[in-house]
Amino acid sequence: MTGLDDLVYAAASEIDAAADLAALDAVRVSYLGKKGQLTARLKSLSQVPAEERPAAGQEINKAKQAVQGRINARRKVLEAVALEAKLAADAVDVSLPGRGQSIGGHHPVTRAMVRIEKIFRNAGFGVRSGPEIEDDFHNFTALNIPDNHPARAMHDTFYFPGGHLLRTHTSPVQIRAIAKEGVPIRIIAPGRVYRCDSDQTHTPMFHQVEGLVIDENVSFANLKAVLHQFVEAFFERKAELRFRPSYFPFTEPSAEVDITWGEGKWLEILGCGMVHPNVLESAGVDAEKYTGYAFGIGIERLAMLRYGVSDLRTFFENDLRFLRQFR
Amino acid sequence: MKIAESWLREWVNPNLDTEALGHQLTMLGHEVDGIEIEGVGIEDVVIAEVVEVERHPDADRLTVCKVADGSGDTVDVVCGAPNVKKGMKSPLAKPGVKLPNGLKLRKAKIRGVVSNGMLCSAVELGLGDESDGIIDLPEDAPVGSSLVDYLSLPDAVIDLDLTPNRGDCFCVLGIARDVSALTGASLANSSVDPVPATIKDTHPVELVEPAGCPRFAGRIIRGIDPQAKSPVWMTERLRRVGLRAISPVVDVTNYVMLEYGQPLHAYDSARLQGPIRPRLAKSGEKVTLLDEKEVELNDATMIIADDSGPIGIAGIMGGLSTAVSDHTTDVFFEAAFWPQDFMAGRARAYGMHTDASLRFERGVDPDGQARAVERATGLLLEIAGGAAGPLVVDSAKQHLPLRKKIRLRKARLARLLGLEIDDQKVQTILEGLELGVKTVKDGWDVTPPSHRFDLEIEADLIEEVARIHGYDSVPEITESVRAPLTSVTETRIELERVAETLIARDYQEVVTYSFIDSDANTAFTGVESELILSNPISSDMSVMRASLWPGMVAAAAANMARQQDRVRIFEASKSFHGSMEAHTEVVRVAGLVTGPVVPEQWGDKGEDADFFHVKADVEAVLSLAADANEIKFVPARHAALQSGQAAEIKRSGEVIGVLGRLHPALAKQYDLRRPVYLFELDASRALATHAPIAASISRFPAIRRDIAVIVDNAVSADDLVAAVASSAPELIKDVRIFDIYTGAGIEAGRKSVAIGLILQETSRTLTDDDADVVMAATISKLQDKFAADLRD
Repeated sequence: MTGLDDLVYAAASEIDAAADLAALDAVRVSYLGKKGQLTARLKSLSQVPAEERPAAGQEINKAKQAVQGRINARRKVLEAVALEAKLAADAVDVSLPGRGQSIGGHHPVTRAMVRIEKIFRNAGFGVRSGPEIEDDFHNFTALNIPDNHPARAMHDTFYFPGGHLLRTHTSPVQIRAIAKEGVPIRIIAPGRVYRCDSDQTHTPMFHQVEGLVIDENVSFANLKAVLHQFVEAFFERKAELRFRPSYFPFTEPSAEVDITWGEGKWLEILGCGMVHPNVLESAGVDAEKYTGYAFGIGIERLAMLRYGVSDLRTFFENDLRFLRQFR
Repeated sequence: MKIAESWLREWVNPNLDTEALGHQLTMLGHEVDGIEIEGVGIEDVVIAEVVEVERHPDADRLTVCKVADGSGDTVDVVCGAPNVKKGMKSPLAKPGVKLPNGLKLRKAKIRGVVSNGMLCSAVELGLGDESDGIIDLPEDAPVGSSLVDYLSLPDAVIDLDLTPNRGDCFCVLGIARDVSALTGASLANSSVDPVPATIKDTHPVELVEPAGCPRFAGRIIRGIDPQAKSPVWMTERLRRVGLRAISPVVDVTNYVMLEYGQPLHAYDSARLQGPIRPRLAKSGEKVTLLDEKEVELNDATMIIADDSGPIGIAGIMGGLSTAVSDHTTDVFFEAAFWPQDFMAGRARAYGMHTDASLRFERGVDPDGQARAVERATGLLLEIAGGAAGPLVVDSAKQHLPLRKKIRLRKARLARLLGLEIDDQKVQTILEGLELGVKTVKDGWDVTPPSHRFDLEIEADLIEEVARIHGYDSVPEITESVRAPLTSVTETRIELERVAETLIARDYQEVVTYSFIDSDANTAFTGVESELILSNPISSDMSVMRASLWPGMVAAAAANMARQQDRVRIFEASKSFHGSMEAHTEVVRVAGLVTGPVVPEQWGDKGEDADFFHVKADVEAVLSLAADANEIKFVPARHAALQSGQAAEIKRSGEVIGVLGRLHPALAKQYDLRRPVYLFELDASRALATHAPIAASISRFPAIRRDIAVIVDNAVSADDLVAAVASSAPELIKDVRIFDIYTGAGIEAGRKSVAIGLILQETSRTLTDDDADVVMAATISKLQDKFAADLRD
């Protein structure tokens, strides 16, 4: 049929020249639409002699398919280009910061306290608490510190009129816990304690964790083991401990514990000992049958060492620039 | 307590260098706070005599001295010390000598006068922390000799942090005993040869209160030379441990106290009137003490009295009226045993802590009085001459403490320590401590000596054995634990979870003081605190806080002052309430927010947090423990909050907390310029909960219908939602307010509230007809209840 090849050729060049999907569609309409040039050829078949019609029809259909095929191919290309352009327009600066809320953090003292609690909980210790406004009995007398005992002078106690006081240590929780739960007992008691002392190395409020284990056959060797394990667990490293004789009215024998820090320097981190028989007996525990150990750990001291804080007072200044370092 | 190494070594001389000795002291329980070595670097300083003193021609405060340095010549030395005088002996650092403080001396012109060295003060030579001029050496100091030789330097001054149970260690002898027990080095003989009496004079003592003074050793010494000076070996030792030389009588009493631990007092015997009677003071009696202060006595105080009345407070300080002076020739020495029961707390009550009270409070050897007087007598006669009367010791034996026998069981020792110690070793340790030891079947019967009054029970002996054997030798043995499983409760939300929730919402935890300023406490709670400290550290830390807010607001203000424009903080801790007779401690979770909702960032307008931002945080915390329908925010008045932006938080009708905006007046006080929002929850009430019980989830689709109604401003969102929900409680699963509008198109005083309803049936799919019925019921309810108009 005359000119069909030319028509297909012309269509092909128009298709290839179509710059976007709209132009391509216009090309499609002009060849394959209702009034399109190839459609017109099909319509004109009736004028073709009957015996030539099938062959002519086949020719035209082939041409249509060729044009359609070329359009489809071109559409894919143009669609890809269009998507590319759209995606390019949607591109973001991935280096911009994320939006929305940031995150806060624990106070370093709490952070240390939470870890200490977890370490002891994992070893089967219960966690107890007690009042901060204490009475003389629980803070002193029941701990074998009678009236006018010189050890009271070591405590710098805050008093209220009428004899109440702010607990100077977490040890009164020992007494309350034994009274409530009896023995055997295996607890720690973290919390705030207070001493009437304020200078570079003392704040009038600080935090301690008390530990108390009473059972049959609890020994000083057990105390040494638990504290060594605790220190290594807390600092996540091997540590050397030095148990040094000391004096607390509520333990006998008593010890203070130093760890090595820096260049062979010993640093005191806690006090401990075997529960004094007077304490056991005043709590109604048979001191022949039961023995126990107790310890008191200053949390700030541990937090200072762990987190490189050089000034105790920083903990209570609540400067957000300081606190935000603890996420 | 300070102790001089040379003095200690006179009593016990272990084969240890200074540092090792210090370590051993620490490991004995006598913690070494510091060791200072004196007399190093001043080897070239010599003793010189000031021959002439002339005013410096060009400087009022300087003198030009002619100084003899033992070479035969005199040299000119310019001196600035106020105490320089002719004839004085003083240390001279000649040109070329380098002092411990780094000063290198040269021959130099000082204001035009050549100075050939320097006369030195104690500070300049590292022999003291303070001085008021150059050192005034005794007249017999040998001119030209080396100063360190003369003073027996160098020497280490060891500062010990002694524990209060070891009263026996507040002296050289006590420390020496422990060192001997630990090292095995022999201890010098602690007994003192009696000084025979050469006169017959005694002074009568009457033990009228034998419980308070069961022993009193006294002795008269007559005819001492009031001009005598204490020898330099004694004054040097006193100086090294921190005591000034005063006069031979006083120096001797101090020296004996430091050596044997028994405080002594010396009276001018000529000024005593009648017998000495140690007794309890009568309430209101007065005495003027050595420091010239008059003290009013209470009746729990042991005093020493004569016919004139009180002449001293027992074990604390002597009285002025009978004190020795520069003219005293006749002395009466007292060495008494004042039991701890009569001493404890007394020094504190009078605000007078003295070297004597320190020792008596912690206990002195009840058998040490005679020895102390003998020693003091011997020393005084040597220094100042005189004649001693007989030593008289009055005792009330029934009131003297007796050291009981204590049984130490081998099995108990091993059980408590977790360590078996060889029997022979135990015995050696006990005997080394001067304890009487008798072997019995299951261990030892141990009798402590009189000075070990701290040893009362078996545990005390176990500590002694462990201490000397070494805590290091005790092994580490992990205990076997009987630990039955325990529950992990779901009846309350742990504070830790609340903290994590707030932290995830960008709250930073703070820790503020439990005691705060009384006015702040009142301003924030509307109630004046009754929990007032008797001895606060300062007035702004004087009452127990009834709210966590004052501390937090102050923290926020401090941070704002440090250019932090966005503060979001929380604290989880106690507040204190009620009266001293009936007080409670409540664990609270409190929060404070001021400044932008989110940190400054692109794509955000930097909007400041408002009531509802903070409310969302509170709701998030509460949702951990409570169902939303248990919680109501009810308008409230609160001392610290701006009215109209304050809510009480109720849970099933019970108040569990407060939320609101800090009152502008308070904000101004703290210089907080941006709105501050605060919340505070009672943890136990807010966080009580139960394990969740799952309800079945409908498989049928839900329908959403929205309406907008116009109601008066006074109609609360809570009431609207409740009314909507109740109009078809079976079908309405959720009611949401998604818009509030006031302004154009809505008359003043009214608001448009857009409400979304989620309808769902558990057994079938709802139809539009079903929904229409519900909406009609809802609308009519809102019309009836709130005169609501439906908005198109």
